[in-house]
Amino acid sequence: MKINLNNNFEEFDFNELNIKKLLEVKNFTFKMIIIKVNGSIIKKGEYEATIVHDGDKVDVIHLISGG
Amino acid sequence: MANYKDILKSKSVGVAGCGGLGSNCAVALARVGIGKLVIADFDIIVESNLNRQYFFVDQLGQKKAYALRENINRINPSVKVEAHDIKLKSNDIINLYKDCDIIVEAFDLAEMKMMIIETVLSKMPDKIIISGIGLAGWGDFNSLKIRQIGNLYICGDESKEVSEEIPPLAPRVGIVANMQANVILEILLNS
Repeated sequence: MKINLNNNFEEFDFNELNIKKLLEVKNFTFKMIIIKVNGSIIKKGEYEATIVHDGDKVDVIHLISGG
Repeated sequence: MANYKDILKSKSVGVAGCGGLGSNCAVALARVGIGKLVIADFDIIVESNLNRQYFFVDQLGQKKAYALRENINRINPSVKVEAHDIKLKSNDIINLYKDCDIIVEAFDLAEMKMMIIETVLSKMPDKIIISGIGLAGWGDFNSLKIRQIGNLYICGDESKEVSEEIPPLAPRVGIVANMQANVILEILLNS
């Protein structure tokens, strides 16, 4: 499947993927993150239950200190 | 078509945090004649802040929110400034910024950035928020960019976290703070 991840189209060898698995595959190990799928925020407890499909838009925001 | 000054005069911007991002972004908006700023910070000014924040030596020890109000008044007294000496929590953000056209995320700590972004996206979904993420160090100008995700705009490199080796310094912090102000003008004047 192909998803729009942070405005880049990326190909994955899966037909569908939950958020937890997607973060593992992408090696996104950040502690402070906000995830949106098709515009909706996904809470931390919903990572496993939230399935990403072909064509979905996923935005991962990594919060880092500095200001 | 209305004059840009008349448009800006009718607008209100909330600034959450009065450190490197907040003080410089607020001053830029004041100089171009924004109507109202709602600024908030709980901290006091210490010497290490002066490498990037819009304060002066004779303001050391003062509350940042009140000192910034004073500095804005000295630059452009026609700007209405509502200053709050407060450590913002989710409910405060909703109360203080509900009437603002745009909110600036200008916190230092990652967990505070996360808190305000989650609050605005989930509880104030119609509100636009401009966040500054990734501004540490020096040089590397071309890594600074703007990413729009719905009503959230992120200014910065989204990768460099501050540390002892990579401190936040006036040029890069100022660039990101002014990127935030520039995005605000683009939104307010183009809509």
